[in-house]
Amino acid sequence: MITLDIQNLEAKIGDKKILNGLNLQLEAGKVHAIMGPNGAGKSTLSKAIVGHYDMTILGGDIYYKGKSIIEMEAEERALEGIFLSFQHPVEIPGVNNAYFLRTALNAKRKHEGKEELNAAEFLRLMKGHLEELGMKADMISRSLNEGFSGGEKKRNEILQMLILEPDVIILDEIDSGLDIDALRAVSEGINKMKDGKRSFLVITHYSRILDYIEPDYIHVLKDGQIVKTAGPELVAQLEEEGYDGIIVNE
Amino acid sequence: MESNELDKAVSGEYALGFEIDIETDVAPPGLDEKTIAFISKKKNEPEWMLELRLKAFAKWKTMEEPHWGKLDYTPIDYQSISYFAAPKQAPESLDEVDPKIIEAYKKLGIPLEEQKQLQGIAVDAVVDSVSVTTTYSEELSKHGVIFCSISDAIRDYPELVKKYMFSVVPMNDNYFATLNSAVFTDGTFVFIPKGVRCPMELSTYFRINALNTGQFERTLIIAEEGSYVSYNEGCSAPTRDEHQLHAAVVELVTMKDAEIKYSTIQNWYPGDEDGKGGIYNFVTKRGLCQGDNSKISWTQVETGSAITWKYPSCVLKGDNSVGEFYSVAVTTLAQQADTGTKMIHLGKNTSSTIISKGISAMKGQNTYRGLVKIGANASNARNYSECDSLLIGSNCGAHTFPYLESKDTMGQVEHEATTSKISDEQLFYLRQRGINEEDAVSMIVHGFCKQVFSQLPMEYAVEAKALLELTLEGSVG
Ligand SMILES: Nc1ncnc2c1ncn2[C@@H]1O[C@H](COP(=O)(O)OP(=O)(O)O)[C@@H](O)[C@H]1O
Ligand SMILES: [Mg+2]
Repeated sequence: MITLDIQNLEAKIGDKKILNGLNLQLEAGKVHAIMGPNGAGKSTLSKAIVGHYDMTILGGDIYYKGKSIIEMEAEERALEGIFLSFQHPVEIPGVNNAYFLRTALNAKRKHEGKEELNAAEFLRLMKGHLEELGMKADMISRSLNEGFSGGEKKRNEILQMLILEPDVIILDEIDSGLDIDALRAVSEGINKMKDGKRSFLVITHYSRILDYIEPDYIHVLKDGQIVKTAGPELVAQLEEEGYDGIIVNE
Repeated sequence: MESNELDKAVSGEYALGFEIDIETDVAPPGLDEKTIAFISKKKNEPEWMLELRLKAFAKWKTMEEPHWGKLDYTPIDYQSISYFAAPKQAPESLDEVDPKIIEAYKKLGIPLEEQKQLQGIAVDAVVDSVSVTTTYSEELSKHGVIFCSISDAIRDYPELVKKYMFSVVPMNDNYFATLNSAVFTDGTFVFIPKGVRCPMELSTYFRINALNTGQFERTLIIAEEGSYVSYNEGCSAPTRDEHQLHAAVVELVTMKDAEIKYSTIQNWYPGDEDGKGGIYNFVTKRGLCQGDNSKISWTQVETGSAITWKYPSCVLKGDNSVGEFYSVAVTTLAQQADTGTKMIHLGKNTSSTIISKGISAMKGQNTYRGLVKIGANASNARNYSECDSLLIGSNCGAHTFPYLESKDTMGQVEHEATTSKISDEQLFYLRQRGINEEDAVSMIVHGFCKQVFSQLPMEYAVEAKALLELTLEGSVG
């Protein structure tokens, strides 16, 4: 089953056309890795999926669970289950991390017709996840991303993913800047979310994280297009030959 | 984001704009010696008070309205204002207060009837020029605390009033303070005796109701040695097309080891987005830390008024005395605020803290103006100032004017200032987590104000948050 279906997507940021007829299907229960050189358009693709204000869609379409989403507001896409772990999470001073997360979770629960969680119930949930991710308890009271180290920011993104339980999960360079312990904790968090139904889109430069989260498909993105799709064996080949080698072989 | 969407999100409706339908005694417009005699007579004042008022008036006539504030407004015609308005029925006790006033106060969230009075909060309820009732006065008097209207204090405690009124804000301090000295009508008087920790929160709620009248309140709080009081004021006014003048004076005095915590939630009618109507708010507030180790703390949340001109200040005379100023000022619609503080360090080891948060939206203009002055004998004085501005949209403005005068080179003064826009990245981050735009804006704004709100007493912090929400995003949808 296809969760997210991107068809012939063309998009620009400002005056610059970045996605040039990109096609990609995410399967339910599968992990898709996207690799590609710097500036290829990987972050741009993730922005297009979540409805970032920078993007102008010029052509093509994105279907989520069979419905076109390109006209949907960003918050609607989120409530419907699309989650982006940002490459550079922004700091929001004075906004309590737990308060923010509970607001987000309750917005989603309300959207799904579920009871909202009260503060005590939420804290129990949050504390459990903090422990799993090896995060300090002061993450409850600190301001959202303010003064967080690079690793703390990435773990906090994973924490949000675990709490919000989205259906399509896009991870934009979740592995960059992580030490080995953090990488392991983050990967464990991701693996925990695998349930046979969710789709993952893992954007990365490095094969390192792929040792931990075992992708089903590798896609190579270059010049705003998916230029190659293969199984996990492609990782080793990419390591050896680089992007240019792979594409020349095509 | 579409800028008109943002505007919609920040032009909250004014919820307290109703009128109280009561018969009012209003003095005819105009200001001369006769007006002042009329006010004094209405208040049954002793002769000495009238003389002081007339002295102030004579001085005022020689003064000029100051225009150094970054404020642009149509000139005030002092002769077209009425200087006294009072509900016709003068109540002797709570039973006699017009039920419509009781009803109106209920609507404002302040029940006045005995059975329903707010727990732990005593209220002085002022409508236009008079205090209509004061709750818990008897209970407080058991502790020796005097909590009454300033008019009552002039009659009942003349020695205290003579000693302290004009001692912190001299009669000729500035144009608006001098005007107030001549025509002030009501306000609150508080006296906390030696060693007493006031057993409840004290508060005054000012309501402008009558048309075309000015409100000139005057408040005096004295905290004797080792005493403590937390005092809060709130205010609101009906929605009207005309501007109305409010020129208040507040004086605080703390003796040795005493502390006054003074909080304001200012929600006068702000006018509309074209600048039509709204209160002109010209206020002089000053506290004198007279005794050693005493402390005065001002916290203000300013969301209302078309024009705000206000600098709650501390004169740190006693050694080791402490002054604090925590402020959130919001200007949206066509509001303009020029506000800040003065910290005057005179004693040794005195310290002051200034935390100012300005929020501007739509066509709002927000100016922080602050002075830190360190006198020649104020050895080891310390100040920390932080002035942050948050802009929502692109038609508003934020300005910061911090002044420092120091005669002591050993003092330690730190100043930090930031101006930030609610960034699209921040908004987007929250929206990507499923939080709608309106909630996202309010979350960012509350985060910005956190340091100040945490200074307010619990009940008022809740009110301040709700008010900010109303002011900034009430009308979406
Ligand atoms: N806001 C922007 N304005 C203009 N150009 C941009 C913007 N964001 C990204 N780009 C450009 O788009 C291209 C793709 O960027 P990006 O998607 O971030 O690449 P990747 O994530 O693959 O490294 C780059 O050439 C980058 O410079
Ligand atoms: Mg990128």
